[in-house]
Amino acid sequence: MVLVMFDYFTQALWSPYVAGAGIGILSCFAFLLSDRPMGCSTAFVKARGLIGKVINPLSVKNKEYYREIIPQIDWAFMIIPGIIIGAFISAYISGQFHFFWVPGDWGETFGYNPALRIIVALAGGILLGLGARWAGGCTSGHGINGSIQLSLASIIMACCFFIGGIATAMLLFYGIGA
Amino acid sequence: MLVTLHKNKNAQIVLGLLFGIVFGFLLQKGGVTDYNVIIGQLLLTDFTVLKLMLSAVIVGMIGFYLLKHFGHVQLHAAEGSIGANVIGGLIFGVGFGLLGYCPGTVAGAVGTGALDALFGGMVGLVIGAGFFAEVYPRLRPRVLTWGKFPAVTVPEFLHLNQWIVIGLMEVFMIGCLVFLEYLGM
Repeated sequence: MVLVMFDYFTQALWSPYVAGAGIGILSCFAFLLSDRPMGCSTAFVKARGLIGKVINPLSVKNKEYYREIIPQIDWAFMIIPGIIIGAFISAYISGQFHFFWVPGDWGETFGYNPALRIIVALAGGILLGLGARWAGGCTSGHGINGSIQLSLASIIMACCFFIGGIATAMLLFYGIGA
Repeated sequence: MLVTLHKNKNAQIVLGLLFGIVFGFLLQKGGVTDYNVIIGQLLLTDFTVLKLMLSAVIVGMIGFYLLKHFGHVQLHAAEGSIGANVIGGLIFGVGFGLLGYCPGTVAGAVGTGALDALFGGMVGLVIGAGFFAEVYPRLRPRVLTWGKFPAVTVPEFLHLNQWIVIGLMEVFMIGCLVFLEYLGM
């Protein structure tokens, strides 16, 4: 029994239905035990505020947004180091962990030059951070946990980011990359 | 509700880390910490992301509303607007397409060894979130409140009993998954 369980945990992939159902249960526990939706993008504001506090504490103190989203080590911050550790454990025990600069599908279309990939990833990351805070949440905060609560704003936001994402990816891979 | 636990700051720091670990584990096992899988979803050639998200919502929605019915959880949804959720969602979408990860899966990708996720994605997210903090005082009274939605939740919007809406949503989402399998996607 223990061996069967261990085999299951060391599999490279689970069915997305099983992993998704697990995330649904986990989300319910976050509402129950922590009284909050399981979101990820707040952590990046907090990280920026914490870095800012070291460089220029007064500037952070005077910013309206950091009075709403307080830069401190708390639940919303700790989820990101948690995800890194959890994904590392999963990848490591299934023998998938390895360092790489350029993911396969990007490399096949745009080449394996790390500099190009990092520049585009950086631009994407900036827009992702801006958009997530603009909309007040991300794929998990709005897309999953807002939809779970039947939040109208979250469901609309999720449709919009899929539309924006599909259009951008198609333009990138079938327009520029073709 | 477990108010004492909710107010215990140190316990919540530990819980945040633990929730993150399980979430990251499930994201990686589900395949969605992989750039190729996410970009495949956006190019409509691989539907893993949609399958995983719909499964999470199918299970989570029933769980959440049952817990809410018995008074164990409360609603955490805010009134949205076109200015915040549509414009913000589209900006997010462009970033999502360029980066090929979202704020949760980018951290998961780092855990699998993706250096583009670390030095491009996570650094960019911190810069972008900081930029929003800069412009927030100018955005808040204008674009973020423009075109407010008339209701917080879908049942309020449709003037329907929440259990009817939940039933319809569940049937619709399960139908989507069955249809995807039927198409062999």
